[in-house]
Amino acid sequence: MDNLVNLLYAAVLAGTPLLFGTLGEILTEKSGNLNLGVEGMMFMGAISGLAGVYFAEMWFGEMTGIICMLIAILASFLCGAFGALIYGFLTITLRANQNVTGLTLTIFGIGFANFFGEIIASASPSKFMTISTGAKAAFANSPLIPGLAALAGEHRWIYWINKLLFSYNLLVYLGIAVALVMAWFLNKTRAGLNLRAVGEDPAAADAAGIPVNRYKYLATVIGGGICGVGGMYISMVTAYGVWVHGCVGGRGWIAVALVIFATWSPSRAIFGALVFGGLSILRMYVPLGIPIEIYDLLPYLATILVLIVTSVRQSKDHNIPKHCGFNYFREER
Amino acid sequence: MSAQNEIAIQMKEVSKIFYGKTIANDKISLDIRRGEILALLGENGSGKTTLVNMLSGIYFPDHGEIFVNGKKASIRSPRDAFALGIGMVHQHFKLIDVLTAAENIILGLPGGVTIDRKTLYGQIRDIAAKYGFDLSPEKKIYNMSVSEKQTVEIVKVLYRGADILILDEPTAVLTPQETTKLFAVLRRMKEDNKTVVIITHKLNEVMEVSDRVHILRKGRYVGTVDTKQTSVQELTEKMVGRAISLSIDRPEVADKKLKIDAHGLTCVNEEGVTTLEGVDVQLYGGEILGVAGIAGSGQKELCEAIAGLQPLTAGSIVFHGQDAQGNPKAEDIAGRPPMDRIKRGIAMSFVPEDRLGMGLVAAMDMTDNVMLRSYYRNKGPFVDRQAPRKLAQDLVERLEIVTPGVNVPVRLLSGGNVQKVLLGREIASRPQVLIVAYPVRGLDINSSYTVYSLLNEEKKKGVAVLFVGEDLDVLLQISDRIMVLCGGKLSGVVDAKTASKEQIGLMMTHVGGENAAKEDNGND
Repeated sequence: MDNLVNLLYAAVLAGTPLLFGTLGEILTEKSGNLNLGVEGMMFMGAISGLAGVYFAEMWFGEMTGIICMLIAILASFLCGAFGALIYGFLTITLRANQNVTGLTLTIFGIGFANFFGEIIASASPSKFMTISTGAKAAFANSPLIPGLAALAGEHRWIYWINKLLFSYNLLVYLGIAVALVMAWFLNKTRAGLNLRAVGEDPAAADAAGIPVNRYKYLATVIGGGICGVGGMYISMVTAYGVWVHGCVGGRGWIAVALVIFATWSPSRAIFGALVFGGLSILRMYVPLGIPIEIYDLLPYLATILVLIVTSVRQSKDHNIPKHCGFNYFREER
Repeated sequence: MSAQNEIAIQMKEVSKIFYGKTIANDKISLDIRRGEILALLGENGSGKTTLVNMLSGIYFPDHGEIFVNGKKASIRSPRDAFALGIGMVHQHFKLIDVLTAAENIILGLPGGVTIDRKTLYGQIRDIAAKYGFDLSPEKKIYNMSVSEKQTVEIVKVLYRGADILILDEPTAVLTPQETTKLFAVLRRMKEDNKTVVIITHKLNEVMEVSDRVHILRKGRYVGTVDTKQTSVQELTEKMVGRAISLSIDRPEVADKKLKIDAHGLTCVNEEGVTTLEGVDVQLYGGEILGVAGIAGSGQKELCEAIAGLQPLTAGSIVFHGQDAQGNPKAEDIAGRPPMDRIKRGIAMSFVPEDRLGMGLVAAMDMTDNVMLRSYYRNKGPFVDRQAPRKLAQDLVERLEIVTPGVNVPVRLLSGGNVQKVLLGREIASRPQVLIVAYPVRGLDINSSYTVYSLLNEEKKKGVAVLFVGEDLDVLLQISDRIMVLCGGKLSGVVDAKTASKEQIGLMMTHVGGENAAKEDNGND
């Protein structure tokens, strides 16, 4: 049982960056933009979140944890949103091909992050780009709630519940909150309804008086910002506040696949991120004596299975927004 | 009656030019009065839709002015149009499939952050009750029939408080009964002092429902007539620009030979829904068999099943032809793909509904498209382009196809010319059986009559023609017999010389027709 709890705990931690990436991409795709630049935007968020705190500390001295957290979120969100803005300008205003633009954004984002990461690291006295211990603590997983800790010694199940529900870093809870808010937004609000309409059939949305381009821009840019926060999680939590070359390492691509796994539903994305997070750390908790490469291949294998299953059962309600991947021009005949 | 003469919309010298060369509307000046049903009449390509799209904010005029309720208006988007009380029901519905009727209706409207569904449903039911609609607000669009979708579109416009309604070809997809119902609704709107503009090229509907008619021809405004003081003949002349005969020939062919005898045709689609159920068809040479039915009643499946493009779950298709010695020979061709049939010398042609998707390759030129039908007979690795080019040039001359040349991609041709290319190519392959699906959809009157006479020529040559149509008046005039489909089942076969529109209309909605309809009503 302890093993299972540890596996689930680790799965949540590994799944959170995927969750952010997936949520960002869901919002983007709901507006009809297939942005394949998730990996790039996550890289941009990873470097900018870390660099934001790094430079803030360099200029203003050490700060309280919560300020560091806010700086990291803001910097990574803005940088991811900036990447998405480039993508949005090219595809929405200039109507460039979405696939090519997205792939280019990925290449750009990876280069952007590694370039600045190396430069900042080599300029620092220690040749490492890292933040203060105090700032690192803000991103650490919280210990057990004090009151519960006492009880946990007596009852093992209290310890498990505590560990599984209350002992993560703040970004995990932020991710779940973003997912729930997004689910509410898409399903219950007028703006959410309009956004879904834009992604399904922009011509119909336009005829209904919805400002199509404004919705596309907003969804794409905010979606990119959310992806950026996911990247920041990797540099701050997974890599403990140290810049690691190529740290995002394909998680952005898994997020793109997760969007399909979650069938474009933010609440199902929570579950999907947990499963994929679990698959990515499985080798450390379930040793089967098989080569590591086979473990590494599991998330991708699961993606292929999901693609097969979703294409076999064609449900209209759980499908890709119909106009996703295509640009819209009102006066096209 | 003073309200009758108030002018709601006035257009002054409005022009729209596409890509700097195609003049869709040329200095059109006209007015639309409050509380009238106005018909905008014109052939396809005469600029009707472009004109109203400038009122609904889809296009912006290149020249000219528009006045709404006496004030100069600049309509830059559909949102602006709504603000002026102008609402449009497009020919191709602008509805989101995965949303419900109510969600589509409130799309894009201002209001609270969340949606109060209960109040919304109430408001929608009120509008439906007022004008006599049948509508369930919670139903998803993809579960709706075409007529239900149209109802959603109209309610959507009314919910936005439009007092000027523009309907683009609203009856193209409706059965006669549904059309009557729609017209009743339009008259109720008129009584409510709303302005209704209906775009159409169906003359009998213009006569039935409108007060005045504006006529457009080739992008120009040609005149206005009061419906009461005009005739179908006069309207046609104004619309086409010259006198043409409106009757369709039905030549009699004495020697009718059975060509295809199909029994129990059954198709099941990918979702497991039975789209065609136990349909029997007999096609005779020298006869046009009309197929009537509401859109999506199995017409497509029937055509494709006979043409060998749709796998059959059950049923047989026996082709009566001749063997090499000229002796009669019958063989079951069910399940045999088209190429296999060609090898067996069975000449069959299919002119599908989707001309540029299924019929022709849009990006290829006329020569290449013609070649698609013959290239496999070439010997060796190279194709012969001479013969197809000659045939293409032949078709251009014989069918008066308007094209800059046979080397121009067919997608750049107008709808009527595309159809002529397709039909011409198929007829040139000398088929024994010719299947045509909606051959005059989107064609102007002249092109339509060319198509009718081409079909009649084939019929006189002894070809068996299966004609799937949507205009019952046309079906009744050109066909020898009409088979009616209803929900994938054969509702019955009638003699076109004696059948009435109402009779066929009932058969389209109830398997078996009149008697079944009575039983249905008795059971309610």
